[in-house]
Amino acid sequence: MEALNKTSLPPLAAPVSSADVHPPHLSPAYKSTILRSPTQPLMPVRELIRDLSMPVFGQSVLREFDNDLTKNARINGEPIGERIKVAGRVLDETGRPLSNVLIELWQANSAGRYVHKAEIHDAPLDPNFLGGGRVLTDADGNYAFHTIKPGAYPWGNHYNAWRPNHIHFSVIGHQFEHRLVTQMYFPGDPLFDYDPIFQSVPQHARELLIAKFRMDWTEAEFALAYQFDIVLNGRHKTPFE
Amino acid sequence: MEQLRQTPSQTVGPFFAYALTAEQYGYPYDSLMNHTLVSLDTPGQRIVVTGQVWDGAGATISDAVVELWQADAQGHYRTAPIEGNTATHTDRGFLGFGRVGTGTLPGHRYQFTTLKPGATGEGSAPHINVMLMMRGSLRNLYTRLYFADEPEANAQDILLNAVPAERRATLLAHRKEVNGEIRYIFDIHMQGSDETVFFEL
Repeated sequence: MEALNKTSLPPLAAPVSSADVHPPHLSPAYKSTILRSPTQPLMPVRELIRDLSMPVFGQSVLREFDNDLTKNARINGEPIGERIKVAGRVLDETGRPLSNVLIELWQANSAGRYVHKAEIHDAPLDPNFLGGGRVLTDADGNYAFHTIKPGAYPWGNHYNAWRPNHIHFSVIGHQFEHRLVTQMYFPGDPLFDYDPIFQSVPQHARELLIAKFRMDWTEAEFALAYQFDIVLNGRHKTPFE
Repeated sequence: MEQLRQTPSQTVGPFFAYALTAEQYGYPYDSLMNHTLVSLDTPGQRIVVTGQVWDGAGATISDAVVELWQADAQGHYRTAPIEGNTATHTDRGFLGFGRVGTGTLPGHRYQFTTLKPGATGEGSAPHINVMLMMRGSLRNLYTRLYFADEPEANAQDILLNAVPAERRATLLAHRKEVNGEIRYIFDIHMQGSDETVFFEL
């Protein structure tokens, strides 16, 4: 299959709205969107749903090893694969760090196999790896977790379709409009040009989904490190608003 | 003021269940939230909120995630932090937040146990905020459930009145009593003549 994006334009030089980063609901190259995307325009309600807070999660919701996917499902040994650390900050659009943000994680194992029962890819499961975890941001909006670098895997969108390596993130912030579900990718993945899910994002914003390799965060003789900062929709409430 | 660019949205994909709804699907991981938004001792009228999610070809969607966020019977949202590491805790009080996948019940139903919320203020009818995610959806979808048996309150609701009149019915849940249980049926249609009104936040 040809790269999906050969004719795309260079990144926009002019500043764009901070919300112009999202994929359209209908993105026909990702075939499942065709019957599952709204056909009517969405109704703008920002002024009608203001300051709707979301539930706050306390530290007691976390268990030991929730933030370490290399340890939270061990049965008889360590999971197979490249151990990595992923860390970053969760901010609002004005750059304010957000504390107590719940990040839920899921991913394939190092062979590109998900634990999910509907997954039919013929790659081995790892008895010591579930691929699920969760973490809360600290007072400065920081989070970190350890995991195994996920493998690429084929899917049924088109002939010989493969997903780039990625980790799924579900984020619950302070406000209703903070809610975000996204995927973190790894730098330099050769599958970017062929993946309609990654390509559904406007070209100028795709870099925002790619973690940065951080040699200086690497844990010597233990794990490579990646930085993935997350910026959520919505202004933080201030006392002056 | 300079704004940071938001992190782009991506689909939840088909394989969320062992992390987002593990207990419901029988995976070996705990769940911070599930189909129950109330504790046993929470005051209010118990209701079941249930429905199906339909695609543009009229098929039910088996791999969607539905989340609810609602006020209690007095119209107040929970502000106390949610504590405890499993959704089966019965001492967490009124949560007001729930999450289920559509992959475990016949007909790909989603189903929640909650209470009927009170109005949250002037110009607001009782309602439940609904968030929807699924394979094939690249963005979170937001809508609201209103109660069809609250016509007077609904007529005063500012948001509902901002919806074109011919589409308001897509936001109404219908009451049905089954063996003494009060159910509100709220189907979500992605496309077609009954396409649900979704919100841009």
